[in-house]
Amino acid sequence: MAQRLKHVDVVTIGVGLTGSLTALELAKAGLTVVGLERGAPRFTVPDFQSPAVHDELRFSIRKAMMQDNVKEAITFRNSSDETALPIRRWASFLPGTGLGGSFVHWNGQTFRFQVADFIYKSHIEQRYGKKILDPDLTIQDWGVTYSELEPHYDRFEYLLGTSGKAGNIKGAIQPGGNPLEAPRAREYPTPPMKEPYFGALFRKGAESLGYHPYPQPSSNLSQPYTNPEGLALQQCVFCGFCERYACEHYAKASPQTVILPVLLKNPNYELRTNSQVLRINLDGTGKKATGVTYADATGREFEQPADLVLITAFPLNNVRMLLLSGIGTPYDPKTGKGVVGRNYTYQTTGGATVFLDEGINVNPFMASGANGTMIDDFSGDNFDHGQLGFIGGQYIGAIMTGGRPIEFHPTPDGTPKWGLKWKQAVARHYNHAVLIQQHGTSTASRLNYLSLDPTYRDAWGLPLLQMTFDFPENDIRMSQYIADKVVEIGRAMGGKSVTRGGTKRPYNTTVYQSTHNCGGAIMGEDPKTSVVNRYMQCWDVPNVFSIGASAFPQNGTYNYTGTIGALTYWAIDAIKNQYLKAPGPLVHA
Amino acid sequence: MTDLTRRFMLKATGAIGVSLVSAGSGVAAATAQESDASSSGAMRAGPNAQVSTYLFLNKDESSFVEAAVARLIPEDDQWPGALKAGIPNYIDKQLAGAWGVGERLYRSGPWQPGTPAQGYQLPFTPAELFRISIDAINKELSQAGTPFSAMSPKQQDAYLARLETGGKDLGGVPSNVFFAHLWECTIEGFFSDPVYGGNRDMVAWRMIGFPGAYASYYDLVDQHGIKINRAPMSIGEGPHGGMHVNPGIPAKLP
Repeated sequence: MAQRLKHVDVVTIGVGLTGSLTALELAKAGLTVVGLERGAPRFTVPDFQSPAVHDELRFSIRKAMMQDNVKEAITFRNSSDETALPIRRWASFLPGTGLGGSFVHWNGQTFRFQVADFIYKSHIEQRYGKKILDPDLTIQDWGVTYSELEPHYDRFEYLLGTSGKAGNIKGAIQPGGNPLEAPRAREYPTPPMKEPYFGALFRKGAESLGYHPYPQPSSNLSQPYTNPEGLALQQCVFCGFCERYACEHYAKASPQTVILPVLLKNPNYELRTNSQVLRINLDGTGKKATGVTYADATGREFEQPADLVLITAFPLNNVRMLLLSGIGTPYDPKTGKGVVGRNYTYQTTGGATVFLDEGINVNPFMASGANGTMIDDFSGDNFDHGQLGFIGGQYIGAIMTGGRPIEFHPTPDGTPKWGLKWKQAVARHYNHAVLIQQHGTSTASRLNYLSLDPTYRDAWGLPLLQMTFDFPENDIRMSQYIADKVVEIGRAMGGKSVTRGGTKRPYNTTVYQSTHNCGGAIMGEDPKTSVVNRYMQCWDVPNVFSIGASAFPQNGTYNYTGTIGALTYWAIDAIKNQYLKAPGPLVHA
Repeated sequence: MTDLTRRFMLKATGAIGVSLVSAGSGVAAATAQESDASSSGAMRAGPNAQVSTYLFLNKDESSFVEAAVARLIPEDDQWPGALKAGIPNYIDKQLAGAWGVGERLYRSGPWQPGTPAQGYQLPFTPAELFRISIDAINKELSQAGTPFSAMSPKQQDAYLARLETGGKDLGGVPSNVFFAHLWECTIEGFFSDPVYGGNRDMVAWRMIGFPGAYASYYDLVDQHGIKINRAPMSIGEGPHGGMHVNPGIPAKLP
């Protein structure tokens, strides 16, 4: 029997980016908030310190900061006619765990989506007609527009101190920035990072082909910065241990650096770590949540009553929490009816390795997580798709996040996989190769979805999340088209040999691709095709909000953290300014 | 001069362990690096060197592992290979430790074969997988008359290539699955920090020019094309160049 605890106004399920940011704003507004985090507490000092943090084996290979899949795995299959089996070791994507969530081990790549992304279906149909869409594709508009989100993007970037160069301020193109970006109200909070050699080489090659290179926006800061919460960030020192690592230098924006020191001092807030939420409790009507039930580290169960429940976990776990709690109708791929789990999307990634002359010392280990140089000429709908037979696009960039050698020891095509020739090729090429990434849209399909697994269970006896996913043919055509452009840039950079990338089917969970898992609890204007309304409030249970990338109807070109931050502020404003004044549905279907 | 001594002296002379050469004088820099390389490559085991004490592998298993990794990353006249890099020691410590018994490996059934896209689906922990596979290999080869370690390098390469191709059952483990584990561990033992018992004398890092666990390149990152002539640095290295082992990691240092 769960012990019943004292009532609070708000409970957040998860204390990462969305959980800490919502708690910060709602505690400031005078509400009592409890944050339930399944993982351990951890802080820059003493937990993220050198030299131990510079351990590639522990963090990159053994994945020390990730969800413990001994306890909680996810099952996977490419299509509904296969049996889903557990992903027994993380590889393709890496959900974080612990205080701060995945917003601790992220790379700091901080983008905005494009204007067209938020009205994707309307935009594509208007520009190309309905025929360009394969019949299986289920893309949708978001229900919120870029211009509505712009102030929230701005606010999020200033919370993080993001380093970059504006390319478009209120419609005026700015030299040095990305001329193809959506218009922004003002400059980035801090200037771009220094450009490493690999970026300079890419810039030269891309410019020679007439493209528009720009410095990647980074939340590993180019200079010291104090955010509006009064929290200070330091200058990034390019240590090369960012992706999959916590930052020892206070240089990467994370809950630990830009949110928690203020939040944890607020008397309205209580953080409880090692607290695994098992379900959201509903009253007899099934239309109102009464709180959550969770287990502490010893397995004891507690009931935490709350007026407002915010699901603020990793996107995949947001969807699982809805399914475990019986909120919303699960999606049925046979009939196309139901919504929870529908429109699960991912990210198309890949790229090329450009092998350079031995006289060119790239020094890939001098890097931050977001110091790339890149182009948007093939992002989203920035180019005419009329004759191409696909929708969507990718950014292309030299984005090297370090030279950590267990993972990075490239050899040209045709090199033996092991033995003396392999070893000699590794020695020859390690410091003379540049990776170019292609990274872009993932189109929703009626065939791809999330559900509860009928067989496999977690350490608490609850069903694992089941993922059914393969890349739609549309996305393969798109990615292969861009792979050719990447090779051309690699040659223009002086590549003696350039490998060719691009996505292929089937999607394979054994190779790292991206941790940008999206959708499954998508936002929209119609409860028949969305789980949450435009404020990420559940249609079926209005005192539950499911916040984060689980709400993306499909994924855009860019790394998604910036858009998650903007959506979170957007939802917070709706809660503070509308919901609290009159609790109930903010949108009437 | 050992590399540790050299680094200490650079520090003592105020060079802070770093010497920079501009891209324009790349020839001189390359020469300097090669001479470093050959001296460390040819460096013999000093008085600090210890023979690996295996915690997990038995004699028959270690004979196979030593002979196999010596072919996967062979020694040449420039750089030591897997044996001098301590890779068998690394593998042994991994199999004896948390990874060997299934750390971060979901281990609930039912067990059934999956598609390649679904990844590893065997019930074996890494320690079980290595033991079962090597046992099957040793049995097969001893029946055939020549254990792996007694084969010629050419025969060994051919045998490893057959394991890699797959289609061979090793006591329930498909040989390509075992080979993939062996190769991944070999790569890890070559390139991981030496606190884990491989990458002895940071030989793999010297070979490729990876400086290791330095905390800052802020002043260097925009000096495009410079040649770094630093000795690499381990996370197990104290402020005065001395090496120490994390007591939580059952590894022996060279």
